[in-house]
Amino acid sequence: MSSLYFLIPISILSGAAGLAIFFWSLRNGQYEDMDGAAERILYEDDEPLPGRSDHRE
Amino acid sequence: MPSPAIAEAAVAPAPMGPAANELLLASRVLPHGIRQADLSVPGIHCGNCVRSIEKALIRLDGVESARVNLSTKRAGVRWRADKSPPPLIETLANLGFESHLHDDGDEPRDGTLTGLIRALAVSGFAAMNIMMLAGSVWAGADPATRDILHWICAGLALPTLLYSGRIFYLSAWKALRYGRTNMDVPISIGITLAFLLSLYDTTQSGEQVYFDASVSLVFFLLIGRTLDHLMRERARTAVKGLARMAPRGALVLHADGVRDYLPVREIEPGMTILLAAGERVPVDAIVLSGTSDLDRSLVSGESVPVAVGPKARLEAGTVNLTGPLTIRAEAFEQDSTLAAMIRLMEVAEGGRSQYRRLADRAAALYSPVVHLTALVTFVGWMALDGDLHQATTIAISVLIITCPCALGLAVPMVQMVAARRLFAAGIMVRDGSALERLVEIDTVAFDKTGTLTLGKPELTNRAGIAPDQLALAAAMAGHSRHPYSVAIARLAQGDEAIEISDIKEVAGFGIEARRAGKLYRLGRADWALTGDKDVSGTVLSSDGALLTKFVFSDRLRPDATGATATLEHQGLALEIISGDQSGMVAAVAGQLGVTSYEGGMLPTEKSARIEALAAAGHKTLMVGDGLNDAPALVAAHVSMAPGSAIDIGRNAADFVFLHQDLSAVPQAIAVARQAQGLVRQNFALAILYNAVALPIAISGHVSPFVAAVAMSGSSIVVVLNALRLSRGGRSAESPTIGATAEATP
Repeated sequence: MSSLYFLIPISILSGAAGLAIFFWSLRNGQYEDMDGAAERILYEDDEPLPGRSDHRE
Repeated sequence: MPSPAIAEAAVAPAPMGPAANELLLASRVLPHGIRQADLSVPGIHCGNCVRSIEKALIRLDGVESARVNLSTKRAGVRWRADKSPPPLIETLANLGFESHLHDDGDEPRDGTLTGLIRALAVSGFAAMNIMMLAGSVWAGADPATRDILHWICAGLALPTLLYSGRIFYLSAWKALRYGRTNMDVPISIGITLAFLLSLYDTTQSGEQVYFDASVSLVFFLLIGRTLDHLMRERARTAVKGLARMAPRGALVLHADGVRDYLPVREIEPGMTILLAAGERVPVDAIVLSGTSDLDRSLVSGESVPVAVGPKARLEAGTVNLTGPLTIRAEAFEQDSTLAAMIRLMEVAEGGRSQYRRLADRAAALYSPVVHLTALVTFVGWMALDGDLHQATTIAISVLIITCPCALGLAVPMVQMVAARRLFAAGIMVRDGSALERLVEIDTVAFDKTGTLTLGKPELTNRAGIAPDQLALAAAMAGHSRHPYSVAIARLAQGDEAIEISDIKEVAGFGIEARRAGKLYRLGRADWALTGDKDVSGTVLSSDGALLTKFVFSDRLRPDATGATATLEHQGLALEIISGDQSGMVAAVAGQLGVTSYEGGMLPTEKSARIEALAAAGHKTLMVGDGLNDAPALVAAHVSMAPGSAIDIGRNAADFVFLHQDLSAVPQAIAVARQAQGLVRQNFALAILYNAVALPIAISGHVSPFVAAVAMSGSSIVVVLNALRLSRGGRSAESPTIGATAEATP
């Protein structure tokens, strides 16, 4: 019974975290070119990740 | 000053496209000295195109970044503002991609879609959590735990209703303020009452609450709302992203000799404009000096270029083909031919605006019925046993169970899937209601030049011309932009080069060149030939003596015959209304087997013809591309334009097809008919659901659990039914006419 007091907040908070991540990805422009992203992985060369600045809108 | 009639002939035939100045006017300034321009490239279709375009563009001098969006078929290019604009259009043309400047700069981005998606995400999150908690209550929690769970549900539901539900509240409020009612009114009342009653029950430790129903209602309804918006938004941007035919600016020669590239809206009557060959006339004007040929096909529908000289009047939107002209502006942009056409279009508007979307008609019927049913239920239960709480609960459950979830999804879901399928086939849908209207038509009216035909002349008597003469003509024609020259030059590709010298293009007449001491002329007969006055048309002459004649005709679009045959098979009456000479119209009509045609039509006559058809009870689909078609496109019940159409025509049309193939017309009709069938099925499903659920709700047997299952179930059934359209789509996406024909009922 007492387990409900921390289990329910945990489940709701993890859900809210998912929501926050979705909002972030929306603002980050991840949904602007759904078709292109699927193709790019086949063609773009792998690059090591430098501290590269964001090149989207 | 050299006579402008004789153009510098050293220019190779260049693809017509916006110059660097146009690019500059269309670009926008970003911080850090960067400029960005967006290009619409309809030819992008695979990852390989994306890669080759990005690689080629990034290599250009000054380009900082180039990013292609495959979904919207656009390329965004950023370059350093201190450098001259890179030759983007030319680079893409070399790669084989046609591209147009995208005109987005002056319109702020619409945040509605993002707002809808956020609201959808919040309500989805809350709905899932509340469902989970409600599940444990249904599983049988003891009263103390149940109360805690109910309080948590209330805490989740309140912010969700405020944040996500505000879309319905605002829309309902707007309608009520004007004394109207819409579907959002019962929705708003339903979710609010359900929440308040549940809150009251929670404070009283009640057993049943409707938090889950009220929040998931918002969620499902928002899905429909978002799809509907997405559909309109996508269509709008797609069409806007195509070529902008009207020029953005023109080179103005000031009195003090200074040349200045001015935007069109700043050009005033009396200004002197230098119009190079290949440019579009920016405003109505008069020729001061120079001669040239004018392509009027998009403005008047004439397929043959017209020769112009000093004092000739030029209409805005026509293309100067062969020689540079010095012209004097005679009107402001807003008073030019283009604007006159817009006024005609405003007059023609009306037939279409009377159309009410299927969903709106359903809503108008629906909301009073729902209100009335809920009210009658409440009164009935009050009369029956006088228990206010029970009567309210049952009335609310009636409101919830009848809420148009499935109905709200029924139309947008199908139209979304249909638009996707058409998009894949290169057809843009501007508006969901266009699909509904397309089903109703019984007549198709075509423009000729540029619609049934490609608007480009082709040599028809090639067999009768000696190969060496054709090769010589082609070598000469390669130096001109005149459509006839382009047609001849196209035939010579691969032949070995012929040595000619002293090439001169005499605008309005033709091209002359010397070879082995002889003067050859290719052009109008009365100019190329000395003495011989009986011959007319286009000829090749040597020292004034006739060598050969060239006969041209406008080529039909690929599969025009197949498309018209399919349309007739679909049970539609066909008609051609053209601004071109009657003889040419008759020839095309004969080729296509169309018996009803009319030539020499003015723009007003075209729209009058459409209105006459409407008065006779016909609903017409107008297919046209030119400025002269624009009023008819607006007057028609539904309209369609090729991607090559002038922008004003494209904006007037409900559908725009990007491929050359005319089979887009029957294909769009086939998909629209299929979509209509599915919409009807969806309505039937939604009504069936209500017919079953409503009596149960009125009799007071709907528990929150039943409401949740019934609502989700009906919504999912409707969505799955709509998706059937995309599954059938695979066969119809193939370019064969057979595939589209089989889809017709």
